[in-house]
Amino acid sequence: MNDALGSVQSVLILGGGSDIALATAKALIARRCRTVILAGRDPESFSGPAKELRHAGANTVESVTFDALDHSSHPAFIESVFERFGDIDLVLVAFGVLGDQDRAEVDPTEALRILDTNFLGAVSVLVPTTAALHRQGHGTIVVLSSVAGERARRSNFVYGSSKAGLDAYCQGLGDSLVGTGVRVIVVRPGFVHSKMTDGLDAAPLATDPEHVAGAIISALTRGTEIVWVPRQMRYVMSVLRHLPRAVFRRLPV
Amino acid sequence: MSRESVITEQPGDDVLLAGWGGTAPTRARLASPLTEADARQLLDRAPDRGAIARGLGRAYGDAAQNAGGLVLDATALSGIIDADLDRGIVTARAGTSLDELMRWLIPRGWFLVTPGTRFVTVGGAIASDIHGKGHHVDGTFGNKVRSFRLLTGSGEVLDVDRESSPEVFWATTGGMGLTGVLLDATFELIPTETRFIRVDEERCPDLDAMFSAMEESDSAYRYSVAWIDCGATGKHLGRGILGRGNHATLDEVPKTKRSLAHRFDPHQLAVAPPILPSGLINAWTVKAFNELWYRKTRVSHRDLIQDIGLFFHPLDMIDEWSRVYGSRGFVQYQFVVPFGAEDTVRRIIEILGNENWPSFLAVLKRFGAANPGMLSFPMPGWTLTVDIPVGRAELARTFDRFDEMVLQVGGRVYLAKDARTRPENLGRMYPRLPEWREVRHRLDPDHRIASDLSRRLGL
Repeated sequence: MNDALGSVQSVLILGGGSDIALATAKALIARRCRTVILAGRDPESFSGPAKELRHAGANTVESVTFDALDHSSHPAFIESVFERFGDIDLVLVAFGVLGDQDRAEVDPTEALRILDTNFLGAVSVLVPTTAALHRQGHGTIVVLSSVAGERARRSNFVYGSSKAGLDAYCQGLGDSLVGTGVRVIVVRPGFVHSKMTDGLDAAPLATDPEHVAGAIISALTRGTEIVWVPRQMRYVMSVLRHLPRAVFRRLPV
Repeated sequence: MSRESVITEQPGDDVLLAGWGGTAPTRARLASPLTEADARQLLDRAPDRGAIARGLGRAYGDAAQNAGGLVLDATALSGIIDADLDRGIVTARAGTSLDELMRWLIPRGWFLVTPGTRFVTVGGAIASDIHGKGHHVDGTFGNKVRSFRLLTGSGEVLDVDRESSPEVFWATTGGMGLTGVLLDATFELIPTETRFIRVDEERCPDLDAMFSAMEESDSAYRYSVAWIDCGATGKHLGRGILGRGNHATLDEVPKTKRSLAHRFDPHQLAVAPPILPSGLINAWTVKAFNELWYRKTRVSHRDLIQDIGLFFHPLDMIDEWSRVYGSRGFVQYQFVVPFGAEDTVRRIIEILGNENWPSFLAVLKRFGAANPGMLSFPMPGWTLTVDIPVGRAELARTFDRFDEMVLQVGGRVYLAKDARTRPENLGRMYPRLPEWREVRHRLDPDHRIASDLSRRLGL
């Protein structure tokens, strides 16, 4: 169950290999989360992180197979997780690919892979997840969106458009769930130093997975529905999204 | 297909329920049985996630909510069934509120064990084994109960008498509603000549003065409680106002009030609006309020004749007062530590002040003897209650720290207030938990009676 201060007792992480997800899991464990289910394409690769999480204090850490691209498997997957582990207090949607923007501009396969994973895959798994949480009568869905979805940029608009779709879907989902005991938190980090961004030049206001985790914990306590990381990003993006396109496209972002 | 159709057809409405603190709301099917037969049938058809009875929702945490399951609104099962006004014994349905009882009883010369609000039901009073300002004399509500009828999870109705079935009696008294649905109860009353309390108030400049004033002269009063200014630090740490009283006899009431000495007709002065923002109750507003409150009381004030409502239930004058905390709500943290552990109380007040945790209502009380309730909260010692608004993320860690300090000296937190303790603390706080579990399991082997609290704490 969620407690009065937003602490949870069990979490399902979709995209268990994500650095942000692991940092969040650790922060949740420090606040009495005892069951962590890591889901991803290659559950064997989770043995290291699983050990870390057990060491941090989790009683149950299980790795399960989940493929965001295999949409038809999602309903059965969600059903089996809820059946096996009982109440899931928090579902963290942390999977996603940055993709290769240059290739995606010329190769539809790459463009579709990005959209299929980040947007369609997420929606596909969120539908049965929402139903399961609704039946349970409580729960929180935390979705990792991105500032990239706030305004499409020349340099990564395929990724940006996938996050824009996801972000919009989740805002609507959150509103549709008012009064059901289920809530949706949309997290919009800026540039995060992680495996995903390894080798890329850091953008201004770059942050790290631990900060994102801290912001999620605070949102769980306070009931915030949209979380910007770092917080100043909200104001930066508010300016950027109102810039005329002729100006925006000339910016070195 | 709408999402609602996922739920099996059940009578009642889907509603979001939270405790009085307004935290962690969950969705359940709420049904209002009008008769015992209704209650039985509803329980029989309860969904997999079980059922729990709910009274007036004054438990601060998640005791009377049941995510994804059924919640039985017990308030329709109300009314006095039988009263022996010579001996002071009443039988009332479990959904009867103490407000209703007092309006009927006080004019007839009788009173009840009451907490800080009249808006609790008899069932809730037993399930939480509530206490009030008179604990050092009268014990808890459960101490006054002689018998009750209980609808168990397996659908049986048990006549539970304190003498002949002590196990079920004391598992249910303080059992947070998890042994079954209370249907009615027979309990003893407290005699009172008037609707007034003769009150003595005194300012205590620090915590030591407070402790010793209570130790020395609590026994001269039937009712005693101290309000503590948790924002005061340094040499003022723990300063507050001690308010104590006895039922006023007719002679003690001023002549002008004597003709109305039995009338009991309290009303509400205002309703808190539902749109107050979170953050209204903060370190600054609370500091200012506490300073004023401390100064408004004379250094010592004797033989004040106060109405029962004002003395026991000042907050009842504002309907829905918990709304002043805004949508995020607040946590009421109440712990007890045995006598000798005064230092733990001091350290906790110190941390609240130093870390700027705003608490409007910090209340200190000296408990009397414990009763045999397996999960009953009171034990001989000091109990402190604070209300902290939800907001700063560090609050979770601060409360965890308090839990540890309380556990170290053999104390515990009150389940009717709890909304956040760790499940692993429970067995240490309530050593008779295994015994309670055994009784519950016997009454309800499939655990058809369940609540968010029972799930969260792994009861």
